[in-house]
Amino acid sequence: MALNRKVGFFKGLKYKGGGPMWAWVLHRTSGLAMVVFVGLHIIAGFLTQQFGSEAGIAINTIYENDIFQLVIFFLVIFHAVNGLRVVILDLITPLLEYQREAIWLEWLIIMALYSLVIFSVLHDVMMG
Amino acid sequence: MTSRKVAKRGFNLDYVMWLFMRLSALAMYAVGLTGLTAALVMGARTQTDLSTLVRWTFFQNPSHVFSSDIVVLDNFINQFWQIMQITMVFFGVTHGLNGLRIVVEDFMGSTIWRTLWRGFIFFAWIFITLVAIYVVLAS
Repeated sequence: MALNRKVGFFKGLKYKGGGPMWAWVLHRTSGLAMVVFVGLHIIAGFLTQQFGSEAGIAINTIYENDIFQLVIFFLVIFHAVNGLRVVILDLITPLLEYQREAIWLEWLIIMALYSLVIFSVLHDVMMG
Repeated sequence: MTSRKVAKRGFNLDYVMWLFMRLSALAMYAVGLTGLTAALVMGARTQTDLSTLVRWTFFQNPSHVFSSDIVVLDNFINQFWQIMQITMVFFGVTHGLNGLRIVVEDFMGSTIWRTLWRGFIFFAWIFITLVAIYVVLAS
């Protein structure tokens, strides 16, 4: 019996996978976003360094935007911490039993790190 | 649409890349934490902002650090940090583009599009890695 793979986007969102499912979705989207950002940033850096290109500078200016920084820091921190959970649970298999607890711990760590980021970015905005 | 063909269990490309994703993640943690610690030791405690700290953590090449307000950059301009940076670039780009391959292949059957995507991702991998290493060595 084959799995039915013809599931639409919104129907897929209704799947009650809970914490692990959302971690999986966020891990993928944040990973794809980082491929785009880092890839563009490398090429922009190359253009700026070699040719003093306007396009390169324009791309890198987007990266200094405060909103952009808040978003990208969240994606990076989430991807890093969630990735560490995946690595630990995959390589030390007995721990898989504590999947739920691991996800709670993961979000606690993310919130602690991300609140430092919010503080720092807001501090820079307020102090000019 | 037919389901994705899954390779036989054992030592094959899928297994190697599965392991690579885990190990490269740990390697990036190692390089990143080394850079972060070194940056804090070398003066980031008092003289810098968050973006610069992150530049030092992930991308320890001089052209990044030049854009910061650190006065003494000598500690960051040497071959050691170029090697660290190239390690980070190699693991990061390979990890990222392999991740893109995994996501793409979840949505592709065994069609011509999968072959085209694989070719595109392979050339993007070579191109971005070489460009990044060039930037590191030229700065």
